[in-house]
Amino acid sequence: MTRSANWLYGWLLLLPAAAMLALFTHYPAVTTLWHSFESTPKAARPAIFVGVENYRQLTDDPIFWKSLTNNLWYAAGTIPLSIGLALLMAVWVNGKLAGRGFLRLAYFTPTVLPMIAVANIWLFFYTPEYGLLEQVRSVFGLPAQNWLGSRNSALGCLMIVAVWKEAGFFMIFYLAALQQMSPNLAEAAAIEGASRWYFFRRVTLPLLMPTTLFVLVNAVINAFRLVDHVVVMTRGGPDNATELLLYYIYEIGFRFQDSAYAAALTIVLLALLGSAALAQFWFLERKVHYQ
Amino acid sequence: MKLLKRLLGAFCASLMTLLGTAALAQAPVEVPFFFPVAVGGPITKIIDGYAADFEKDNAGIKLHPIYSGSYQDTIAKALTAVKSGDPPVTSILLSTDMYTLIDEDAIVPFDDLIKTDADRAWLKSFYPAFMENSQTGGKTWGIPFQRSTIVLYYNKDAFKEAGLDPNRPPGTWKEMADYAAKLTKRDAAGNVTQWGVQIPSSGFPYWLFQGLALENGVNLMNAAGTEVYYDKPEVIGALQYWLDLINKTKVHPPGIVEWGTTPKDFFERKVAMMWTTTGNLTNVRSNAKFDFGVAMLPANKRRGSPTGGGNFYLFKQAKPEQQAAAFKFVKWITSPSRAAQWGIDTGYVAVRPDAWETPEMKKYVAEFPPAAVARDQLQFAVAELSTHDNQRVTKALNDGLQAALTGSKPAEQAMKDAQREADRLLKSYRK
Repeated sequence: MTRSANWLYGWLLLLPAAAMLALFTHYPAVTTLWHSFESTPKAARPAIFVGVENYRQLTDDPIFWKSLTNNLWYAAGTIPLSIGLALLMAVWVNGKLAGRGFLRLAYFTPTVLPMIAVANIWLFFYTPEYGLLEQVRSVFGLPAQNWLGSRNSALGCLMIVAVWKEAGFFMIFYLAALQQMSPNLAEAAAIEGASRWYFFRRVTLPLLMPTTLFVLVNAVINAFRLVDHVVVMTRGGPDNATELLLYYIYEIGFRFQDSAYAAALTIVLLALLGSAALAQFWFLERKVHYQ
Repeated sequence: MKLLKRLLGAFCASLMTLLGTAALAQAPVEVPFFFPVAVGGPITKIIDGYAADFEKDNAGIKLHPIYSGSYQDTIAKALTAVKSGDPPVTSILLSTDMYTLIDEDAIVPFDDLIKTDADRAWLKSFYPAFMENSQTGGKTWGIPFQRSTIVLYYNKDAFKEAGLDPNRPPGTWKEMADYAAKLTKRDAAGNVTQWGVQIPSSGFPYWLFQGLALENGVNLMNAAGTEVYYDKPEVIGALQYWLDLINKTKVHPPGIVEWGTTPKDFFERKVAMMWTTTGNLTNVRSNAKFDFGVAMLPANKRRGSPTGGGNFYLFKQAKPEQQAAAFKFVKWITSPSRAAQWGIDTGYVAVRPDAWETPEMKKYVAEFPPAAVARDQLQFAVAELSTHDNQRVTKALNDGLQAALTGSKPAEQAMKDAQREADRLLKSYRK
């Protein structure tokens, strides 16, 4: 084969995936950016160029700010907790204990279930009066709580669902990484007289750093991407207490049919996630690998 | 499966045309039709049955009923389909979506299709309360189909236990508050085991609240859909009444009460009186294991309830022969006997007075008198809150109500904030 034929061959192989990506990812992203500078077309009024008007509207929109802060709290609450829990579970089910397979399966089950189904189950847990949580509560004689119906507890309730759902998924990655680890290391450390905690802190954890980075990137994305349970459990209420950014975009775009403003919000979300991913890869990548 | 069968059917039909075996001069008119499901029961089965019956009577029309989720899902799907140039021919959507659909230039009025005297008589046959949300600017944009009002369901057993007359539901706000106080039960620790009354406040609290506002003597909007009156003193007073049930007399559960679980709370005897749609009547009838009653909403200055539920709309992009076929179907399904049957099957209010005169309906009401309560309440009913940019203007009220109910804002401030937001949104529609 000549050099140019080789070149063509390579591009032909890449073409299907590249075409899909261009069609369903890059083209929509670019048009979204373009639409965010236009007004929403209505029947009698076609879209016109409005510059940064949509973005100006965004800065005065209290619900946008509310959903952004909600989302940051949500990320701050769910990411460390689900990663920590995943690591703990992985270390536990990696050890030699009876019923290990069953335990692994049990931890992984929430991941397999569809979010909509999960949210409906949790909806029952949180139901006032006769929900599971309230039944347990009444045994102890504590005051009644309307978990999803109060502004203070609703977002926390959604965070618990997310942690419960995510931790099992991240556990699988940690478990795979732990199984890759050579047993020689543990034996050598034991001969040197290192305690198990010391070994975990100085050997296991650093060796898990690439996995942690991968999990962290996924966790950040999921914190902004998973809103199925919001749809089922609260629809952003009460009074926007559980309004998350992506759900707000859905509301603006498909309930209010304001596609231009939704495009501007989407760009904000994209910028947010893009910069988070860049920061993670550029700054952390250097420190991740154990040399 | 059903879709597969239909596709197969369509395939066979087109094959036959190709082979020239069909002597028919033209292919059948295809009428895709979106419908949402908002109440319990086998709704899809019932609708598919109607479609099959209609096709039997009308050769040459092929109806495709497409279940499209909740009302919210259906409007989102329909408008997205309009933008992509492939909308259904007809759809059942909330009566309150009328202005939105007009603003999007998605629908056509029925007036152009109404040509004969029989058609004109048909248009006049519906309850006026249902037509309020179906007409604007002198044109008819929607035809009432699955319509409802809010009613009060109460547990007669609980009434007896509390020493109340089970055949005398509360008629006024004061009575409802007094009854609720008697019906609220607390255990030794002071925790409530049975609430007196609950009004759901998740999702669309504005609808139930509109009932309270009407009873306090005012409506929430003008007929043109360009003004709302969220901060009138009567409206604030209505909210205060609701808040007092929660905070002062403590006979109503605190926080946000979920719409979806309210009937279940009632079945579980966690609440003795509930406000919900008449569309739940058949659901309550089959699931309540105690004797229950249905009553009109209590009055303060007057009785009142908003209407609710869905209308048929015709989409603009459909071909004229498709619109004509859909119009035929709409007339067929709203005939007195079918309107009556639909009401009996679901609990929705049959949309025209003569449907209540059919033998089937008379028999049903004789056996089950609560079915007539919603009909009797219609004389006090008015159009559901609906304005231009409806979803947003309504969200402003929903947010305000939820803020007040969860205690983050007092009634007056919550309603003033909602009014300011609604005014901002509606400004461009006032000329």
